[in-house]
Amino acid sequence: MVTDKPAQAGHCPETASREELFRRLDELIAGYQGQAGGLIPVLQIAQGLFGHLPADVVQRISAGLGKPYSEVAGVITFYSFFATRPRGRHVVRVCLGTACYVRGGQQVLAALKKELGVDVGETTPDHLFTLEVARCFGACGLAPAISIDDEVYQRVKPSKVRELLVRYREPVRAAAAQGVKS
Amino acid sequence: MPKLTIDGIQVEVAEGATVLDAARQAGVRIPTLCHLENIQAIGACRVCLVEIESHRDLAAACVMPIADGMQVHTHSPRVRAARRTVVELLLSEHDGDCPTCSRNEDCELQAVARELGIRENRYPGEKSRRREDASTPALVRNTAKCILCRRCVTVCGDVQGVTALFPQYRGFKTAIGPAFDQDLATVACVQCGQCAAVCPVGAITERDQTDEVWAALSDPHKCVVVQTAPAIRAALGECFGYPPGTLVKGKMVSALRRLGFHSVFDTNFAADLTIMEEGTELLHRLRKALADGKDAHLPMFTSCSPGWIRYAEYFHPELLPNLSTCKSPQQMMGAVLKTYYAGKLGRKPAEMFVVAVMPCTAKKAEARRPEMNASGFSDVDVVLTTRELARMIRQAGIDFKALGEGQMDSPLGESTGAADIFANTGGVMEAALRTACELITGRELPFPNLHVRPLAGLAGVKEASIPITETVPAWSFLKGATLHVAVAHGLGNARQLIERIRSGAAHYHFVEIMTCPGGCIGGGGQPRLTSDAVRQARLAAIYQEDEHRALRKSHENPAIQQLYADFLGHPLSHKAHELLHTKYTPRPRVS
Repeated sequence: MVTDKPAQAGHCPETASREELFRRLDELIAGYQGQAGGLIPVLQIAQGLFGHLPADVVQRISAGLGKPYSEVAGVITFYSFFATRPRGRHVVRVCLGTACYVRGGQQVLAALKKELGVDVGETTPDHLFTLEVARCFGACGLAPAISIDDEVYQRVKPSKVRELLVRYREPVRAAAAQGVKS
Repeated sequence: MPKLTIDGIQVEVAEGATVLDAARQAGVRIPTLCHLENIQAIGACRVCLVEIESHRDLAAACVMPIADGMQVHTHSPRVRAARRTVVELLLSEHDGDCPTCSRNEDCELQAVARELGIRENRYPGEKSRRREDASTPALVRNTAKCILCRRCVTVCGDVQGVTALFPQYRGFKTAIGPAFDQDLATVACVQCGQCAAVCPVGAITERDQTDEVWAALSDPHKCVVVQTAPAIRAALGECFGYPPGTLVKGKMVSALRRLGFHSVFDTNFAADLTIMEEGTELLHRLRKALADGKDAHLPMFTSCSPGWIRYAEYFHPELLPNLSTCKSPQQMMGAVLKTYYAGKLGRKPAEMFVVAVMPCTAKKAEARRPEMNASGFSDVDVVLTTRELARMIRQAGIDFKALGEGQMDSPLGESTGAADIFANTGGVMEAALRTACELITGRELPFPNLHVRPLAGLAGVKEASIPITETVPAWSFLKGATLHVAVAHGLGNARQLIERIRSGAAHYHFVEIMTCPGGCIGGGGQPRLTSDAVRQARLAAIYQEDEHRALRKSHENPAIQQLYADFLGHPLSHKAHELLHTKYTPRPRVS
C-alpha cells in the first residue's frame, strides 16, 4: 500500500489521551473531506493513531467523510493491513503472495506460529507480537519476505526467525530489568 | 444505426446498446443472474457469456457494447460449456437445500441450472460460510445461499440511498451484509425489502409468518380478521400465472374466505380514513401557517410508507415534526378493528387477531412498533406479504384460477377509488387533493377524470401546483393562494427532493414519499421480479380499478361517514388522535 503521506504503521499507538486522539482524528478527516480516494489514507493514519480501528473510530470516519458505514467497513475488512482489534506492540506480517508462497512462505509462517505460539490474526499473551499474513510487499525478487512493523526482511529462512525477533524482544527485557533495578 | 447478427438474426440497435440489449431485441434469450434492467450491469455472474467472431475471449453480454458488423453466437458449444462451468462453480459454493428453501421453484439460480441441463455436481468442495441473521422483524439473511451478484447492494445503495448492505471481507470469505457482517438490526436498515425483491436466490427473504397465521386460524378462541392493501389485487395473480396488471380482487377475497378468516376487510377503508385525517391535518397546518402566521412545519410529508418513516428517523430526524402524525392505513385499520369492530361483535380486543396482507416487508416491522397499540394490544398481529399469501393459498390446495368473485365484508370493506390509488406513486397525493380541494373550494378537483397527471408515472420526482381561485367561507384565507405539492418514490429520489427543499431551491406545502420505486405496487413483498414494465402494468391496473368505482373521493365513503358519526366524532377529534395518530423517534444509525 503506497500513499503520499507517511502512514503510521499500526503497531505503535501514541500515548496521547483518547480525547486528544479523537481531536487529531477530526483534524485528519477535515483535511481529507471531499477528496476522492481519501478513505484509505485516513484509515491508515487513524490506525497509526489508535493502534487499530475500533468501532467508534470507524463510525467517526464514516460520518466525517460522508461515506456509508457498511462501505467503510467493506474497505477495512477487504485489506488485511487494517485491524479492528487491538494488536501487539509489533506486527509481524508474512507475505503469501505468489512468489513468496512458492519460495516457502508457508514454512516461514509455520516457524513463526511455532516460535510465537499464536495463530494468524492472534496476539501473544505478553502483547508483544501480532502475527498476520499479507499479499505481496513488492519484494518478489527476494522472496520469501516478512515484515516486522515498517521493516521488510527478505530471503527469510524458517530456521532464522528467532534471530529476527530477538531485537524486538531485547528492549522490552532490558526495560523490564531496568524497572526491577530502580 | 449499427447492424449486427445474433445467432444469424440481423438486428439494428441504437448506439451504446449492449449485446444483451441487442439479443433481447432479436428475440434471443440470454440467461442472466446479476443483471437488473436499468439498474445494474456489471458482468459479475458471467452467466451471460457469448461468443463474438474474431474476439479471442468470450464476453459478458450485459456489459459488452455492440459494434457494427458484430457476429454473436449465444449458444455455440463453447458458450454452452463455459456457461455450464460458471453455473456449476456457483452451485459448488451455494449451500442451498432446494426442497427446504423458500425460493424453491422461484429461484433464478435453480432456473438457470435447469435451463443449462446441469445434472451433476462436478466440483464438490467448500461451501460459503453460513451466517443466518434473523435479527430484524421483516428480513432474514443467510449468507450460505448468496451468490455475490450484488443486486441487493446496488438497490440498497444506488436506488434507496440507504447502503445498509455492502460486500464485507474478500475472496472466498466475501459476505454481502451490514458493516463487519453484524446483524442487520444493529444498522440503519429501513426494512423496505427491495433487497429481498431482487435477490435471485434465497439469501435475503421476508420473514415467513404463514405458520403464525395458520395457528391463529385454528385457534377457536380467536376471531381472525384480515385486511388487504390496495396493491395486492393488482399483483397476487402473478403468483398464479396471470400476466402482471391482472386485477384479482374477487378471487383474492374468495381465497381468504376459503382459508378460514372470520371476515375479509379492505385496507382501502383505512386509506379513505387516512385521507380524512391527513387532509384535515394539512388544512390545519395551512391555516396555522398562512392565516395565523405561525410555524406549522411545512411542507407536511405523508406517513403511509413505514420504510420512509424509518428512513426519516435514521437520516432526517430534523424532518420528524413535518411528518403527518397519521398512522399508516394498515395500523389505522388494526386500531379500528380492535376497538370499533370488536365492540360491534361484542368481542374483547384480546380475542381479535388482525392479519394484514401487504406488498411490503417494512409493514412487518411497523406492526411491531410498541406504540402501535391503541386497544392495549398490537393494532396488527401479523403482516403477510403478497408472496406469503400466495404460499398459504397453495398450501390450502386452493385452485386460485377456478375461484369465483367474492365480495369484501361490510362496513370495513367499503372504499372509494381514492383508496385504490394509494398503491401507486402519486396516488396518496391525488387522493388527498380530491378531498382537500373540494373541502376548500366547494368544487371538484379541476383535473380531467380527477387524475393529477403530472404526479403519475415513474419519473423519480414529480410536482404540481394548484391555484385556488375561490373558496368556501371557512377557508377564505387560501383564496388566491397556490398549493405546491411534490411526490417522490424510491428513497434515493426522496433524498434528492429533501436536499432541494432544505437548500431552499424548492418550496412545497405537501409532499408524498413512497419508499419503493413505483409506490406500493413495487413493494418489497410483491411477486418477483418487478421490472419497470411490470410496474407500469400494475399502475395501470390500479388506475383502472379507481375509474370503475361509483365513489372516487374518500369523504364520500358512507362507511367512513358512519364511523365518524357513531364512534370518532370528527377528524382530529380526541378519539381519532388516540386511535389513529402516532409519534416518531430519532434513531441512531449504528447501535
